[in-house]
Amino acid sequence: MSEKRYTEDHEWVMVSGGEATVGISDHAQEQLGDIVFVELPEVGKTLSKGKEAAVVESVKAASEIYAPADGEVLAVNEALNDEPGKVNSDPEGDGWFFKMKLSDPSQVEKLMDAAAYKAFADGQS
Amino acid sequence: MDDTSASEAKHTVLHTLHQELGGKIVPFAGYALPVQYPAGIMAEHKQAREAAALFDVSHMGQLRLEGADRIAALEALVPADLAGLVPGRQRYSFFTNEEGGILDDLMISNQGDWLFLVVNAACKEADIAHLKAGLKGDVTLTELTDRALIALQGPQAADVLARLAPGVQTLAFMDCKPVEVDGLACLVSRSGYTGEDGFEISVPADRAEALARRLLAEAEVAPAGLGARDSLRLEAGLCLYGHDIDETTTPVEADLVWAIQKRRRNEGGFPGAAVVQKQIAEGAPRRRVGLQPEGRAPVREGTELQNDKGEVVGRVTSGGFGPSAGAPVAMCYVATELAAEGTPLQAMVRGKALPCRVAALPFVPHNFFRG
Repeated sequence: MSEKRYTEDHEWVMVSGGEATVGISDHAQEQLGDIVFVELPEVGKTLSKGKEAAVVESVKAASEIYAPADGEVLAVNEALNDEPGKVNSDPEGDGWFFKMKLSDPSQVEKLMDAAAYKAFADGQS
Repeated sequence: MDDTSASEAKHTVLHTLHQELGGKIVPFAGYALPVQYPAGIMAEHKQAREAAALFDVSHMGQLRLEGADRIAALEALVPADLAGLVPGRQRYSFFTNEEGGILDDLMISNQGDWLFLVVNAACKEADIAHLKAGLKGDVTLTELTDRALIALQGPQAADVLARLAPGVQTLAFMDCKPVEVDGLACLVSRSGYTGEDGFEISVPADRAEALARRLLAEAEVAPAGLGARDSLRLEAGLCLYGHDIDETTTPVEADLVWAIQKRRRNEGGFPGAAVVQKQIAEGAPRRRVGLQPEGRAPVREGTELQNDKGEVVGRVTSGGFGPSAGAPVAMCYVATELAAEGTPLQAMVRGKALPCRVAALPFVPHNFFRG
């Protein structure tokens, strides 16, 4: 069981077997405010590290969610269509966005661990 | 959109209170103001629809117009019937330009021997310059910089305010009168920007924080920021200057002819009157209407609208999520022939055509006090 890694764009990645689950951090959901809509990628879509993978909309504005690594979308969290608020209430659990197959798992290993991300996020506030 | 830097931003007298309450401060019209408090925009919005929400709107301009010629002078700049405005009553109007476009919208009330004007913060300096250049005769303009403005909005607002100002429940919608609130000499209007019953309280600036704290101490009251202010007025179908109305929109296109009383429609005598009268008689090429996206994705300001042939037929001027509507809501301008309720349109969002329909405004029924 691997630990969560974080990007500088406030996404988290959790690798298990060949799959990586991706969501946004608690810090990110707090900054965004009440989430009202999530646009998830299509299953099968090719993702490039740092490029747009999904869109999350708060009351005020839309924000892009970036792919943390290269790969392909395997599944999306359909529950977010009816309950976008899950991103606020459980961002690092039930509020996950999509699962992807990683073409280069070493990309994830290079991301921040929880402690490093906390320091990074605190520094941004 | 707003290039105010943190160091240049002005503060209202409630700035310390906003920080103490955990307000998330953002730049707005040259001021540093809370977009929300810890409760969040959805909760603050619901507070205004269900109980009472308190807004700091002190950034807006409060102006005093006095002198024997004040009514005729101001009527030369706005299409409102001010001669027929009874003391203690308020009207919504707008400054127009020679093309019939709108320079700002404002509230005007008759205070007996003076007129009280409340203008948008973003246009405050321009409005004052416009007034100074345009007012003719025995008339003096003063900016009331020693006053703050607090809005208390929601179905519980009257009950709450009555505890500090007995009898305030007798104010009719669009009354604006001197009222003693918690012992302070205030000007109180029964109006607002939410579609709910509520009051806007002009209070001496040095007593504003005390009054705000006193109101917030009431169980029904919670603070609300600019984010909720925007979602509330959007659901209520109310225009935001610089977005839904601007110098390129006439009152006819903007569906604001109701604010031009009959005598002024007939007589003119305001900038752009000929353009406005012609549009009233013959119709305008486009119209402001509500837009209801059929899905869950918000359709925001600037979004292009197309018909089913892919032709551009309009543009969204305000859009977001309506917490009370439970759905995305928007306002737009469309060609008049497409302005009928129910007309299907496509909103081009992130390269996709999202189906929408023209919708009647408001999205949420108004709850103005009917006595």
